Amino acid sequence: MATVPVDHALILSAILFTVGLTGVLVRRSILFILLSIEIMLNAAGLAFVASGARWGQPDGQVMFMVILAVAAAEVSVGLTFVLQMFRHFRTLDADALNQMRG
Amino acid sequence: MNVVFYISAAVAVVATLLAITRRNAVHALLYLIVSLLSVAMVFYTLGAPFAAALEVIIYAGAIMVLFLFAIMMLNLGPQTREQESQWLRPETWGGPAALAAILLAELIYALVRGGGPISPANPVSPQEVGFALFGRYVVVVEMASILLLAGLVGAYHLGRRAGPEEEEGG
Repeated sequence: MATVPVDHALILSAILFTVGLTGVLVRRSILFILLSIEIMLNAAGLAFVASGARWGQPDGQVMFMVILAVAAAEVSVGLTFVLQMFRHFRTLDADALNQMRG
Repeated sequence: MNVVFYISAAVAVVATLLAITRRNAVHALLYLIVSLLSVAMVFYTLGAPFAAALEVIIYAGAIMVLFLFAIMMLNLGPQTREQESQWLRPETWGGPAALAAILLAELIYALVRGGGPISPANPVSPQEVGFALFGRYVVVVEMASILLLAGLVGAYHLGRRAGPEEEEGG
């Protein structure tokens, strides 16, 4: 059976992380910024799983599950902030939040 | 297995690129679900079937549905898409995209070391993951549960509508 080099899995993870980072940098809609953060977290999980698979240890998948929990908690609180922001400002523009008191 | 890995990887990269460039949030979400499913396929080819199942169930299932509910509650109209088209001009995204491409080149240069093959012949079974999770990493499980509880309480507290008339109903 053919095998995959661990480099290629890590490079895929790096590509996905960079695409997510680009999404955070270029989008102004706060919804897309949250979506791109999800892409970056997923890429980090891919790196963990690939490293765990390289040495045949379950630790990588345990760390992936921790990342899943962090992503779920982050996205629930983040989306609540997005809803509150839309209620207050009627926009999703991240630049609208340039003051501490809204 | 090798070919499946590269096809899934290509699908994941293309779907993610399409996801961050869409004007419509729901289209972006659907592309991201395709990307997550292909990443799950990558997990499977790397010999991590449990992580693949979790990716489909929790990421593509639960978290993306949460995004979909948020988009539905926001009730965005067609003017949002016009606004996105205005924001997403080449002079705006050119600089950050070029810098991110340089960062990616550096990362790939740092990663190409010949780290050895991943053999899918001996995958890490869900049983091994379970033993590790509730053996050595039991404190991590408790911390994750506390984190999720904090997320639940935080989302409930932040999500309620301010104002006296709604507080009577709740």
